[in-house]
Amino acid sequence: MAQWIDACSTDDIEEEDLIRFDHAGRTFAIYHSPDGDFFCTDGLCTHEHVHLEDGLVMEYEIECPKHNATFDYRTGEAMRAPACVNLNTYKTKVEGGRVWIEV
Amino acid sequence: MAKRDYSMLGPDARRAVETGLAAAEWYHTDVPRKEMKALMQRSDGPAIRDTIILFGAMILFAGVGIALWPSWWSAPFWLAYGVLFGSAMDSRWHECGHGTAFKTRHYNDWMYQIASFCMIRNPVTWRWSHTRHHTDTIIVGRDPEIVFMRPPELARIFANFFGIFDTINGVRRMLLNAAGKIHPEEATWIPETEQPKVIRVARIWLAVYLAVIGLALWMGSILPLMVIGLPRLYGAWHHVLTGLMQHGGLAENVIDHRLNSRTVYLNPISRFIYWNMNYHVEHHMFPMVPYHRLPDLHAAIKHDLPAPNRSFLDAYREMWPAIKRQLLNEDYFLKRELPPTAKPYREDFHVEALGQPAE
Repeated sequence: MAQWIDACSTDDIEEEDLIRFDHAGRTFAIYHSPDGDFFCTDGLCTHEHVHLEDGLVMEYEIECPKHNATFDYRTGEAMRAPACVNLNTYKTKVEGGRVWIEV
Repeated sequence: MAKRDYSMLGPDARRAVETGLAAAEWYHTDVPRKEMKALMQRSDGPAIRDTIILFGAMILFAGVGIALWPSWWSAPFWLAYGVLFGSAMDSRWHECGHGTAFKTRHYNDWMYQIASFCMIRNPVTWRWSHTRHHTDTIIVGRDPEIVFMRPPELARIFANFFGIFDTINGVRRMLLNAAGKIHPEEATWIPETEQPKVIRVARIWLAVYLAVIGLALWMGSILPLMVIGLPRLYGAWHHVLTGLMQHGGLAENVIDHRLNSRTVYLNPISRFIYWNMNYHVEHHMFPMVPYHRLPDLHAAIKHDLPAPNRSFLDAYREMWPAIKRQLLNEDYFLKRELPPTAKPYREDFHVEALGQPAE
């Protein structure tokens, strides 16, 4: 059953950037978009399971640091090879300056 | 002495998977996130400038070459055009394949298609082979882009200064793919969903080449082939000269790019043709950094890398004796000194793969 998890402070992530968040043996990536919204995806690239935490956020896309695969982090859609499989995405909400994710 | 099998389907390939060498976690120099973010930022400006210069120079040199044809006075212009077609396009293929040269994705994709055509490298096949080269750099049986196999096939390598084997292989694969077939080795790294694209591109290219050959026959002259096709041969030397330095004579089956890649300082013209891939350790360690920021990345991390070679000559002076020794001893390789400021090599990771290093 899905539950809301307190993941980080809104100040922990610069705009157009991401951080890694680990919880219960799973790893996630939490993004701060250029317009101030927060998003969450699985942390590992669907291509070769490299963590996205060192990747580059450009507007609404995250680029994997190993092979430059690109995803739309709002929808998880794989935008550029070598990724062919979409990322899982998770709902987020902001309350009291904290970012919560539903996992 | 261990015999190596560089096939993607052989025992070394299986061993790399079994021992965890394949898709391993590689060493990275620590760079603060803020600094790395700044280095990774994309920009269209430098690549647009370089592309205007590149295509402008190609049109100029080919135009003068055509105007002076068939006089021998046209030869220098063909040689210059050939290097831009048969060598500069290699680095454009590479950088645009990574998607880092331009900020705008379509610009990368357009340039990638043009450069792939010039180099006779199927853009789908080679995108995936280069992906593997970055996952498993110089891992025997996993990396399909190892040039200096051991023992080195020197005749083949010298012939490739004139693009001979690369062109033969490129044309063979184009014909195979145009016939609707995928080579079994290619099938190990190209996902099935991508394979129809390989065939479609090969058929389009075959049609273009047949049109150029038809034009040459109609004109009774090789002039059309001097513009499209033959520059892949007569202009290949520069990309081979630079490409051999990337990993030649260095270690195999390691997971630290400082042990298997080489950075070389080059003159500005070669760096333009090569699009700064002379910073090769840096590129492999951080492939997200665009070519025009690699000198800055080099400055940021050189304290953790072996000293770069100072020139082509310096690199070949280091590499050539090692290559010659590998003719007799396949296990021989160069292990370069790290500066005192660097984190040491993880010998425990590499002792089995490295065996006895060079003195």
